[in-house]
Amino acid sequence: MSQGAPSRPAVPEPPRPGRSDRSAWYWLLLIPLLTVLYPPLYNHQDPELFGFPFFYWYQLAMIPVSVVCTLVAYFGTRGPKQVDR
Amino acid sequence: MSGRAIEITIFVVLFAVVTVLGFVAGRWRRANLDHLDEWGLGGRNFGAWVTWFLMGGDLYTAYTFVAVPALMFGAGAAGFFAVPYTIVVYPLVFLALIRLWSISHVHGYVTPADFVRGRSGSPAMALLVALTGIVATMPYIALQLVGIEAVLTTMGIKGHWPLIVAFAILAAYTYNSGLRAPALIAFVKDALIYVVILVAIFYIPAKLGGWNTIFSAAATKFDKTPNPADGILLPASGQLQYATLALGSALALFLYPHSVTGVLAARSRNTIKRNMAALPAYSLVLGLLALLGYMAIAAGTKPVVTGTMTSVTGTAIGPKTDGNTVVPLLFDQMFPSWFAGIAFAAIAIGALVPAAIMSIAAANLWTRNVYKEFLRRDATPAQEARSSKLASLVVKLGALVVILALDPQFSIDLQLIGGVIILQTLPAVALGVFSGWFHKGGLIAGWAAGMISGFWMLWNIPQLVFTADGPQVVREHFGGSAFKLSELGFNTQTSVYVGFIALLVNVVVAIAVTALLRATGVAYGPDTTQPDDYLVERGDPRVHDIPELTASEGAGGT
Repeated sequence: MSQGAPSRPAVPEPPRPGRSDRSAWYWLLLIPLLTVLYPPLYNHQDPELFGFPFFYWYQLAMIPVSVVCTLVAYFGTRGPKQVDR
Repeated sequence: MSGRAIEITIFVVLFAVVTVLGFVAGRWRRANLDHLDEWGLGGRNFGAWVTWFLMGGDLYTAYTFVAVPALMFGAGAAGFFAVPYTIVVYPLVFLALIRLWSISHVHGYVTPADFVRGRSGSPAMALLVALTGIVATMPYIALQLVGIEAVLTTMGIKGHWPLIVAFAILAAYTYNSGLRAPALIAFVKDALIYVVILVAIFYIPAKLGGWNTIFSAAATKFDKTPNPADGILLPASGQLQYATLALGSALALFLYPHSVTGVLAARSRNTIKRNMAALPAYSLVLGLLALLGYMAIAAGTKPVVTGTMTSVTGTAIGPKTDGNTVVPLLFDQMFPSWFAGIAFAAIAIGALVPAAIMSIAAANLWTRNVYKEFLRRDATPAQEARSSKLASLVVKLGALVVILALDPQFSIDLQLIGGVIILQTLPAVALGVFSGWFHKGGLIAGWAAGMISGFWMLWNIPQLVFTADGPQVVREHFGGSAFKLSELGFNTQTSVYVGFIALLVNVVVAIAVTALLRATGVAYGPDTTQPDDYLVERGDPRVHDIPELTASEGAGGT
């Protein structure tokens, strides 16, 4: 971690956030990357859907997958309900 | 009135309304625009859904309407990389951005350079990050200008005038009103854009005979061209390029000064998380808009001819066409004149606003992290504001120079070249929010290695045009952003996005030099951040509002 930082003076610590950024929910965020960053997986014509070759409709279909993963990660790590307007 | 005249009239009226609103915005709330804060950041306080609507509108820029479809029109499947790019960007940056928000709200950081100075303890590295951010923004602004230029060219304004007019409007617009200008007209712009998008993705395919017809027409066209790499599917040698373009663009997006400002202006970590989840919905529309390129092929659109193309040996190859005019021309063909005028206004205004936001963000970065830090420590607010106004103008001039000097075959290369530059701040900014392990010497060495290798690769990319006689070289340098691995001695046809390789070089050097400096006991710069600072959410006593950011535009668009 950081080096050479001056040590903090001895004052009472404010209450800790009670959460770290090490939640297991964040692993979900890898899924969207795995679905689209390997083109050989989807670089073909068939099966077609509504006239779209597979290459195109597959990538568009992965958008909702990404939304779901990110939403779940958000809800999973939201923390205690806050007035957030 | 002829069709063309109706188009132009509606365009001018809408544009004038929006521009006048922009100037009037300067008087809104009678703020003193001589203060940097007032000029550099607008004022807005809207609820969640309205913010989502406005942020979404901001995402549709010249990139979406002009550059990506033009690439699809000219090169085929490769242009669709914008979809995986927007799919991965939000999950990728989710964790980094919430940590950046936290640390910035504890320490009052406003720019990425502020954070780097606090974390690495190196004013030199902070300066490099600031300068990089300013320079990288120029090609991005250039792309927006090119979008406006394409619309004007399509409407029949000839020669160099479209670009000059576009530049003049942008310069006048931002000089006078600052960020308040885009904030005020956001509703008008976004409403126009949404209407045009909805019509474009439903009406045009129906009129052309359905998606089957569209894809077949595209496939037929690419089969006929002498270029082996185009087509409605990727060639095997283009797959790595595709993935690295998507990943590289995603890594770069939130490093831009205007994106960072947008993120830091969010109310809380939860707001950012929520937006990261909701924004990908726009990717769907982006994908369908990309296919405008294929719709243009099916419709028989012919891009505007602007001259003749000659190879570097002097032989004439054929007409030089402006690929960016493809979507405006398609709209011209398919829409009744009055709606085409509206569509043109939507594209032009949609390009104007992000260009304004980007140039203001770069100008603020200059004033805060270069001018005030190194040139004039005791600058008064009036001097700061003047510095920002001038810097904003210089940045736009830089964008103009970029357009004239680079003139890439595909305008999207402007953004990709900007990406090569801004990616070099990733170790300091994005990796820095996770770990302070990188030594300031390592960060600086990595940055230098990345910039040098990036420029070397860009220099070695020629612009090729495929003819019946094989590939002809039209420009020897800065011809694009796909680097052939064969240049490094590999026996392969594969190419890779330059930004991605340059970033790898950067990271490897940063690691190596850091390890070396640690081994030889060279001291780190002072890290004024605490590990817990990266975790705080609004409500924690350590978090405070950053006055300079209390209300500003949301994250900038692609």
